[in-house]
Amino acid sequence: MVSLGDVDFERVTVSDVSRFYGRRRALSRVNFECASGEIVGLLGPNGAGKSTLLSVLATLAEPSTGRVRYGAWSARAGGAKLRAKIGFLAHDLQLYPELSARENLEFFAGLYGLDRCEARADAALASAGLEFRADEVVEGFSRGMRQRLALERAMIHAPRLMLFDEPFTGLDEASCTALVDRLRHLRGDGRIVIVATHDLDVVDGVLDREILLTGGKLQVLRQSGTLRERYRAAVAKRRGNEQRVKPLQRNAQDQDSEDENGASR
Amino acid sequence: MNRFLQVAWLVVWKDLRVEARSKEMLFTTLFFAISIVLVFSFGFVRAGQAVEGAAAGILWIAMAFSGTLALGRAFERERYHDALRGLLLAPVDRPAIYLGKLVGLLLLLSLVETVVAVLVAFLFGVPFFRHGWWLFLMLSLGTVGFASVGTLFSAMLVRTRSRTVLLPVLLYPVTIPVLIMGVSGTTALVQAEPDLAMARLWISLLFFFDTVFLTLALWTFEPVMTE
Repeated sequence: MVSLGDVDFERVTVSDVSRFYGRRRALSRVNFECASGEIVGLLGPNGAGKSTLLSVLATLAEPSTGRVRYGAWSARAGGAKLRAKIGFLAHDLQLYPELSARENLEFFAGLYGLDRCEARADAALASAGLEFRADEVVEGFSRGMRQRLALERAMIHAPRLMLFDEPFTGLDEASCTALVDRLRHLRGDGRIVIVATHDLDVVDGVLDREILLTGGKLQVLRQSGTLRERYRAAVAKRRGNEQRVKPLQRNAQDQDSEDENGASR
Repeated sequence: MNRFLQVAWLVVWKDLRVEARSKEMLFTTLFFAISIVLVFSFGFVRAGQAVEGAAAGILWIAMAFSGTLALGRAFERERYHDALRGLLLAPVDRPAIYLGKLVGLLLLLSLVETVVAVLVAFLFGVPFFRHGWWLFLMLSLGTVGFASVGTLFSAMLVRTRSRTVLLPVLLYPVTIPVLIMGVSGTTALVQAEPDLAMARLWISLLFFFDTVFLTLALWTFEPVMTE
């Protein structure tokens, strides 16, 4: 078994984190903090940098600048013991389709160095409502069933920090409700939960706090109205700012080129 | 069991189970290797007599080409559904993942090589099994050298779009010494008067190559896999 006694944390602090892919900036000086017993929503349009931020938080990608602290630990200092405290349900489900549901769970339980892998897999299968299809290969599962299985896989080691990337994709209404209950249970259990989602109606009332990312930058949501209304207002405001800035930039460029032409004449 | 070995074994177990269900890599690799041997046998065997020294070259060419095919697929399973990130997020020494992938590949390649060696011995009429243990040692060391470099390159290229083209381009220049040592050592074993001293020298060189590249691969796997 992996000894997990040394590394634990109650707070995740993101300080001035930027992340570049070549010349493209996916995250730009992002700052926020979240504490245990909190569900934080990570919102934003496609390409806003949500998945990149989750990868950084999961220690799968290093920030180009800035730093992430997990309590007193950095990703590098915490290493494998820190990773044992992080669970990540990514948009791609990280399952092996040729293995059965039980084999997938037992494999990952083994990787996490857990004892009683079979018993844990049984409990996870029951929680996912898949106990009757436990020995079938995942290839034949529907997207919703895979999603439920992936959720159990991501949480099999009872992580302190749980990261969800679009967790409601492919789930029916009952499964969505079950997942929302699960999120509340994780909060009650003192976990730090970060959920990146576009299903605003589903998570409205569940999130303790929302973080809006647009173009890799953090933006504040206003307080009144439903989550969808607040989200729309914030995105519209951002777009309005961009529309105002673009003509100014264009004018400045035109002025520059006129100056250059004038100078060359 | 040591945690490092336990993780490596888990990865081997997973890969073997997936392969047992899909048989994808085994069949494609075996089919390709057998095709190579058959095609060459038509070119190099005349009236039941093979061109001298051809059998050793063909054995190693079949190993290298079919091995490249297997290496190209080695991390594909991890790429589908982004399972690689699931592995990398686990609290394990990442070189243990490399070792697991390597051992899984070696088991697959050893199966293919057994079939290929028997086929080459039969079609080319060479006494491969006169010094069977020596040949076994030579092939084992050569395969470890080839696959240890190939597994690392395959992992490095898993996120690149042109990985199928890049893998052989990177792999062959580095592993050409393995192939030359393998061919030379095998030729020394199967010639009319076997030169065991020469075979021993090539085996020692292969062992040296394996030690260097296995150490380098285990050392560099972690930074290579970090985004």
